[in-house]
Formats: sequence, C-alpha cells, structure tokens
Amino acid sequence: MSMNVNGKPAAEHPRPGQCLRTFLREQGWHGVKKGCDTGDCGACTVHVDGMPVHSCIYPAVRALDSDVTTIEGLEPGPPGDDFLAAQGFQCGYCTPGMIMTAAALTDEARADLPRAFKGNICRCTGYGSIADALAGRPRVGDASAVSATGAPSPVGSGLPAPAGPEVVTGRARFTLDTSVPGLLHMKLVRSPHAHARIRSVDARAALALPGVAAVFSYADDPGVRYSTARHHNPGDDACDTALFDQTVRFAGQRVAAVVADSPHTAARACDLVRVDYDVLPAVVDPDLAMAPGAPVLHPGVPPAVGASDPGRNVAAEVHGGTGDIAAGFAAADTTYEQTFRVQRVQHVHLETHATIGWMDEGRLVLRTSSQTPFLTRDALCGLFGLERSQVRVFAARVGGGFGGKQEMLTEDVVALAVLRLGRPVQLEFTREEQFTSATTRTPMRITVRLGARRDGTLTALQLRTVADTGAYGNHAGGVLFHSCNEAISMYRCPAKRVDAWSVYTNTVPSGAFRGYGLSQSAFAVESALDELARSLGLDPLAVRRRNLVRPGDPLLSVSDEPEDVEIASYGLAECLDLVRDALASGRGLPVPEGDGWQAGTGIAVSMLDTVPPGGHRAHVRIAQRVGGGYRLAVGTAEFGNGTTTVHRQLAAAALGCGVDDIEIVSADTDEVEHDTGAYGSTGTFVAGMATLRAARSLAEQLAGAGAEGKLLEAEGSSDGRARSVTFNVQGFRIAVRPATGEIAILQSVQAADAGTVINPVQLRGQIEGGVVQALGAALFEHLDIDGKGRVTTRTLREYHVPVLADVPRTEVFFARTADPLGPLGAKSMSEAPFNPVAPALANAVRDATGVRITELPMSPDRVYLALNQD
Amino acid sequence: MDIDTITDFRPAPGTAWQPGDAWLGGGTWLFSQPQPGLRRLLDLRGFGWDPLTERPGGLEIAATCTLAELARWRPAGDGGGAWPAVPLLRHCCDALLASFKVQNMATVGGNICLALPAGAMTSLAASLDGVATIWSPGGGVREVPVTGFVTGPGTTVLGAGELLRSVTLPDESLRSRTAFRQASLSRMGRSAALVIGRTNGSGLVITVTAATPRPVQLRFPGRPSPGEAAAALDQAARDPERLNSARLNSARLTSARLTWHDDVHGAPAWRAAMTRRFVAEIAAELRGDPAAEPRE
Repeated sequence: MSMNVNGKPAAEHPRPGQCLRTFLREQGWHGVKKGCDTGDCGACTVHVDGMPVHSCIYPAVRALDSDVTTIEGLEPGPPGDDFLAAQGFQCGYCTPGMIMTAAALTDEARADLPRAFKGNICRCTGYGSIADALAGRPRVGDASAVSATGAPSPVGSGLPAPAGPEVVTGRARFTLDTSVPGLLHMKLVRSPHAHARIRSVDARAALALPGVAAVFSYADDPGVRYSTARHHNPGDDACDTALFDQTVRFAGQRVAAVVADSPHTAARACDLVRVDYDVLPAVVDPDLAMAPGAPVLHPGVPPAVGASDPGRNVAAEVHGGTGDIAAGFAAADTTYEQTFRVQRVQHVHLETHATIGWMDEGRLVLRTSSQTPFLTRDALCGLFGLERSQVRVFAARVGGGFGGKQEMLTEDVVALAVLRLGRPVQLEFTREEQFTSATTRTPMRITVRLGARRDGTLTALQLRTVADTGAYGNHAGGVLFHSCNEAISMYRCPAKRVDAWSVYTNTVPSGAFRGYGLSQSAFAVESALDELARSLGLDPLAVRRRNLVRPGDPLLSVSDEPEDVEIASYGLAECLDLVRDALASGRGLPVPEGDGWQAGTGIAVSMLDTVPPGGHRAHVRIAQRVGGGYRLAVGTAEFGNGTTTVHRQLAAAALGCGVDDIEIVSADTDEVEHDTGAYGSTGTFVAGMATLRAARSLAEQLAGAGAEGKLLEAEGSSDGRARSVTFNVQGFRIAVRPATGEIAILQSVQAADAGTVINPVQLRGQIEGGVVQALGAALFEHLDIDGKGRVTTRTLREYHVPVLADVPRTEVFFARTADPLGPLGAKSMSEAPFNPVAPALANAVRDATGVRITELPMSPDRVYLALNQD
Repeated sequence: MDIDTITDFRPAPGTAWQPGDAWLGGGTWLFSQPQPGLRRLLDLRGFGWDPLTERPGGLEIAATCTLAELARWRPAGDGGGAWPAVPLLRHCCDALLASFKVQNMATVGGNICLALPAGAMTSLAASLDGVATIWSPGGGVREVPVTGFVTGPGTTVLGAGELLRSVTLPDESLRSRTAFRQASLSRMGRSAALVIGRTNGSGLVITVTAATPRPVQLRFPGRPSPGEAAAALDQAARDPERLNSARLNSARLTSARLTWHDDVHGAPAWRAAMTRRFVAEIAAELRGDPAAEPRE
C-alpha cells in the first residue's frame, strides 16, 4: 500500500500516529502549511480522493491507497488565478489552504461562502480581497488601481505583489519550507510553575533515548543577560532575560531544550527530562506586584533607559506632562473620569515562530521568521561573543508578524545548539506555545480624566496607566511611552498629565503588538472624549474637530518640549469629512429585522508617528544586472506588509523602468549593511526612502555614464530622523440588540492619511486587514490566565479570531496629501488602521444604547451583561 | 498533530481493547490535541457499518457515520413526508464549529463521545429521545438514552473499552415538528446555547444543550405558552424537585439539576438568558402561534 501524492507514489510509509500534514511535508510538499496543527485554521487543507480535509487532523495511515492532492498538484485555473487577480493574500501563508478549499466547493457550499470558509483563517487581509477572489472580482487593474495622474509612473498604481504567482501555487518558500540534510529538531521543556527556582535538571533518561543528540539547560547558559525585544538602541529594554535561567518567572518559560533526529523523538525526550523545582511565591496582578511585600521578580536587574524600579517590580514608568494640570481642571466647566481595561490578545500570525540554523564554513547561519534579522544578528553576536562577519541571519518569506516577530524567541536557543553541535537544528513553535510562551499585547488599565469648557474645549487631560509587562521587560518602556504619546499629543490641550507604570508579573511576557500601546490608550482616550461630548450635549465629531491638532501645532504629550516629530502633512480634517459623509450616505446594511435592535454610529481618531523615536536606519544596494534590469537588495522583511511591491515601484519610478526590471532580495544580513527592521511601520517611510535614494543615485550615474560594459551600482540609506504623522479615522454604523448582546455592524468606514498612495490596492488591503484584526480584539479575543499565572488559552478554537463570516466590508478612503519627509510623499500605514477601531465601535454602542462599555472585548455575553445590569 | 506515542494502527474488528487504546472514528479530535498515554489506534472503519439505516422503528445512525453523510441524508421514498424532523439533522451539523472539511471526516459517534456541552450531535440525539447502543468488552450490548449518555463536560457513561455502536432516533420523534435555536459569541462559532423543541403528541419536549454541562430536558404534557415555558425553565433552575413533584399541567425536568455551563464560549448568565429567550420562542413557534416564524 502506498499513497499517491499529486500523481506520484510517496516514497515512504507514514508512522502509525502521524497526521497527513507532517507526512506530506516530510515528503517535500511544502505548500501544505501548519497554522495551528489542531484542525482550526485550514492552512493545511488538501484533497484526499477529491475530498477537502484538514490534513493536520487526518490520520496519515488512512490516506494509504488514496490519491492526495496538495496545492502543488492542483491544476492551474480559477481559484489560484482569482486570488492573484484580487491579490487575495498578504503574507500568503493561509493562501494554499484558501485555494484548496475554494477548489473543492460544491455549488451548495459556494452559495454560502461564509459557512464554507469558517474553517479558514487569514490574519492579514481582513478577508476583503479574499471575498473578491472568491467572487471573481479582480482588484489589480480596476479603476482605483490606475495611477491618478494617468502618467506612466508605476507610483500610484495597484501593481500586484511580485511573489503572487509563487504564493498562489504553493511555491512561495516560508521559513521552514526547505530541506536541510542532516537536520536535527529541537523541542523545549517549559516550566509548569509561574515562579520557581530550578534545583536540578536530570536529562539522563532523555539522553538515553535513541536519536537524542543533546539536552541543554541552565548549565549551558552563555551567561549574558539580554532582552528578547529587538530595538535600534539595545538599551531601550532591560537586560533581564537569560537564554536558560535558573529562575523561571512564568508558567511556560523555557527550561531545557532537547535536540533529536526527529520532532517526535525530541517531544518524547522532553517528557523524560526531570526538573526539580523550588516553587516560589508568584504574583499575577500588576497592582499587587507593586504593593509592598510582593515577590520581586528581578532583584538586581540594571534598569533600562528611562525610569524603572525593579525592586517594586516596575519595569518602566512615565511621569510628565505639559502645562498646569490643576489649573486645567480648575478652568473646566465639566470633568469626566473613567477607567478602561484593555485585554491581553495574541498576534496569531499564522506562521508560528520558527528558525533553522546551520554552520557554513565556520559561520553561523540562521534562516528565521523575523521582522528584525539585523538586530537579531547583533544580539546573537553579543550573546555568543561573535563578530558580525561570523553570523548571517536572513528571513525567507515571513508568514505574518504584527510585532510578534520583533522579538528573539527562537534564534538564541537554535544558535546555541548549532554552535555546540555543529549540526543543523530547527525549532518550530506549536500554536499552543504561541499562546503560552511567546508574547502578547500589553494589557492595560487606563484611567482617563478630562476637563472641558461648556463649548467642548479641553482644558485638562490626564492619564493614569498600569500596564502588565508580564515576566520580562521586553518592550515594556517602548510600549508604555508610546501609549502615552500620540493618543494625547493629537489633542491641543493646555494641560496634560501622565502617570504610567509597566509592571512585572509572573505571567507570559507582553511585547510589541500592532499599534505598540496606542490601541490600548486610543480605546480609553477616544471613548472618554466621546462621553465628555455627550455629557455636554455636543456632537462628538464637533468636539474632536475643536480639539484635534492643526497644521503648525506642536505635538505635546509628556513634556513641554516637542519631540522630533512634526505635522509635515495634514489630512486629518479631510479624513473626518470622508468618514462623516460616508456614514451619512445611506450605504451599508439596514438594521436587522426582528425586535429589539437599536442603531447607532460612532467614530474615533488615531494619530501615529511615521517612525519610532530614537532612530531607525535602512541601507539599500541597487545594481545593474548582467543581461539587463536591476537587482535591488533591501534589509527590510516582507511579511505581508507589501513593502516588496512598494520598493520595486519606487525604484522603477526613479529609474524610469518597468517594475519587472527590478529583482528584489530582502532581509538578509549578507546583502546590505543594516536595516533596523520591519517594525514601527517603517518599511515604506524609512526603507523606501533608502531605496528611492539608491535608485536615484544609480539613475544619475546611468545618465552620466556613456561607457558600456561596466555594471553600475549604487547605495542609499535613511536614518528615519525626520518624522511626520499619519491619521486614521474609523466610523461604524451598528445595531445592538440589548436582549441578546449582539452587535451587528451595518457599515464600517476608515479614512487614512497615508500621504502619497504608492499602491492603492495594497494600502486598501493593509487597512481592511487592520480593521478586521482590530475587530477581533474588539469583539472576540482574550488570552486568559488563571489565578496561578497559567495561560488557559491553548488552541484557536478557544481563541476566536475573525473568519469570513464575522467581518463587514470596510469602505476605505484616502486623504489627498503628500508628505515632504516621505518617499515621493508617502507615509507609513501598517499598524495605524488598527488603533481607532475598538473605540469607534464602543462609541457606536454608546450611541445605540446609552451605555458606555469600558472593557474589551465587546462579545455578546459581556455586552448583554453590561446592558442588563440589575 | 502527530500523536507521537502511537505504536500501532490496526483495524478495530478482532482487536481486544486494552488500556492505552483509542477507538478511531474520524480522528478529528484525537489528532487535534496532545493525547498523553495513547498507544494504539483501533480503526472503526474496519467494521464497514452502514452509516444510516432506515428501520420501521426509526433511523439508525452508525457511530462512524460522518457529519457530512448525516447532513446530506434524505429519507428514501416518501419518508420525507412522514419524518418532518429530518431537517434538524442538517441544522445540528451546521451548528458545529467545525467546517465542512472537518465534517467530511468527523463522525456522529465521535461527537457524542467527546461529550462537549456544545456537541451538536448530542443535542440532536437527545432532543429526539435517541437511544445509544453500546458494545461492551466481552460481547455485551446495552442501550442508554442519549439524554443520559453524556454525564458532564467530557464524561459519558462509557466504561473502559466500551464502544458506542450507534444511535437510533425513534420513528415517533422523527414524526414530530421541531424548532431550533442557537446562540454563539460569533456568527458561526461554537454553540453557547442550543435549544431544540419538538412536539410530542399533544405535548412539548424542550432540550437544552451547550448552555448546560449536560443535556437538560423539559417535558410538557401540553403546549405551554412562551411565558409558561420560560417559567418552567426558571423553576427548573431554582427548584427542580418542586417542579417535578407538581402535578397537572406542569413540566417535568428529566435530569437531576439545571446548572449553567461556564467556559470561554459564553458567560453563564448570558447563556441562561439566551436559553430562556429560546425556550419562550420555541414554545411560541410550536404552539402554532402565527406570530412566531421559524428561523433560518
């Protein structure tokens, strides 16, 4: 008996407990993806004798004597072509499963696509372009995708992503989609305790298992403290983390690593590692953690840049303001104060954290799923005492990030194993590990106090924030500072005051997450402002117009001195008009039939600096190719954000060539000098500027050179020092049914001020995706931790992320601005669309029901309880 | 995911069950989470059971019948007229969180034996007074009402080595008119409250699942008004013994207790409110109240 895969007999026989997914991947069919390994996400969809199944929960032995078809074996045709034409993908990791599902739909299933696709998760697109693909509606080449000027420039046209043909055929190579001879596999032993001291690790039984190569634990720690957070300035984050610590500070922390000749041997060996713990008192609540007598997580850790007080479990704190806050409240006719709670959510990038490492002629090489290959290389150099020339870190196509991969969670331990064993080693997180042991959005409790005159003019704005950074301080300061910045600097108010703490607790670490603290503070501030306006009997939109910054205003938050940010272009007023007009247009769905529905509208605003503070550097090389065209090497990573497309467009515009003449390589420390990383929405604004400069430099050389035969090359760089701001306005028209707690979204509108729109198809996709990811966090998602600090959320069926059935279509509008600081006038727009969504929805619920929701998510049960309090 | 501890995959027929064995239906749950201690998979497909068999006494559904087969099934001949409850099969398959691709593999027996409060096959079979046929090691056969088969979240009456062979939906139940209501935290998410009503002669049977740790059934001798039905539910939650000792035209609660389930799929107080709403709606719908339209 053997299995036929894509018409070829499989070379091997599956193991008795093996699922079809791992078997197919072992046979080299890398188009079959692992998103969850629990049957929930659909990325592994294949056909068995023509029947679509989730191969991760299909017993491989059952497929013997069957014909199995993977994406690689699918006949060319409509589903893939439609996904290409509609650009129905961003990172592309879910795409093979989407297409394999689409290819097997019956007519009946096709008539109810939301139901047919309830087992397929896309975390990037927000399903707008996927719905278009399934309906056969192309996006590339539609009216909105043609350059507004009609000029031949590729800028402003909706060119498709260059990797599209590989993505839709399953040939796109993600981190683990490669075959490395002699590859060893790592699995991690993790702490069951929230706080404990390890007395001993006994690996003898594990090492005795045939196939086990090594077991590493605290005895193997290189002795250098660091942070998993990757930042341009390493001092931004406290060095509070060890590769293998003898103290564990959260349940799920890495305790030992087993390396073996197969993943299943490594997993079995993990069960044989005996760890003796001395369990310590744990604290899981940030307020209790700051109280006297609380267990101290990091005694003696040197503070990070900025204020911090490890002795009180304070990882970072912000105290500051502008003007006289007491005078501001004294001048107010009315004040409003409310405390808002924003929950822990997970990124759920479909490609889990993963790294393969090997030695290449004495150099350490890591192929890894990272937003920051250069900073990770630098961190590894510091950790293992290596020169930069001794380490190469590169990313293949990255299956989503959302900030989660601005973190070093796999590379350090893989590097240790490769350096010690001299053999190739792979580590792939399970979906469960993504929940228990990766990072999350920082939960925050934010008290907002506002003072205003009768006409709605703000006189005082005060924030008191307690953030839970979890067991480690990765991104603690950055997220906390950012949460206190743009959400209030976008309001002109004579008096502002911020007191904020980010607190260590014995829980899974928080970290970088799309919005970087702003989605939390935007929920609080935008909700409070809405309520303030209503308490004055004023239109919330009018009160915003009165108080929002205008061109020329300084951007002030926690200091009287403005930072190096200016309003270099201003589309905010236009965005407000666009959303107001759209909500008044009568478009969207009617209020649902049936009794008890109440309609309402709500809006919220967010502003985002185009570059993180403190510098963000990109270096780019471009060279003529033998045989024509150009090779463009950029450092920034492509993880669905679309920068590859934008960089080609920018280079082609400068060189006056077609985008097909630009070959692009990205995210490889061997290719360019430096790139701070694909975070802070910098892929276009910073790295794009470097590409534009390099291409212009090469164009000048070409114009001056008459000589044939010599291939010219040029470099470009950008330091991200000149910073501007972007604006996003979200509007919702909804209906709420108090008797059931249901929220029906009738219309969703977002207007974005992104400067020059280099690629309208991609930008629309970024915004649709940001809105839907934010709707997940606003309506469904919460990562739960029990009283002992253990994460109880283990699978995607316990953590509902939006699927096609859950989402509205969002109308997307762009303000017509051009920013003098950005490449060809463009600004950043990756994280920003997320931020105004939850408060706009909460404001609409308030409008519909009169009740202010102060805690996320707004799931039906919570809304019901909020609206039906006795 | 791989189940790394499995050392043997063999047909269930002719294999004596031993500790560490698992009956393999579709595998969709077994392969969806770690299964510590599992050693052998015993493949039920080897039995070759007919998935669905119409008998004079009702419809026999083999444990290995897939959800897709159940959802597609239509009675032969003019049976459709005789069994108006048949569309409920499809409604209950649709109520599952699992997509149609998972339903191609997942089995009716697997869903019931998993004993999740939201297990819609339990809802279906319990609401229609289905009877489970259980094979015991050594050749014994016993029958258990499905309302009592699930004893709590993840627990059933099955003893070690016992196997759910089939579920039979009685002819009389399939002849009843039914009403179906489901609530979930997301549009097509896991059920948080699933309430099914059916006419029972001149009476009414309402079965609550998903909102409760195990199926709860209220049997009314007549057709209560919405208010009477909701009041009976309230009484069942407060004091089931008093409800059951009352005579005359009162409902009877057929499980020991009515408590509200608490997990990530919905807060208990909301589940209670949704259940109460649905019980009243179903009473109205099956009373023949013209204002009550059946839902999609």
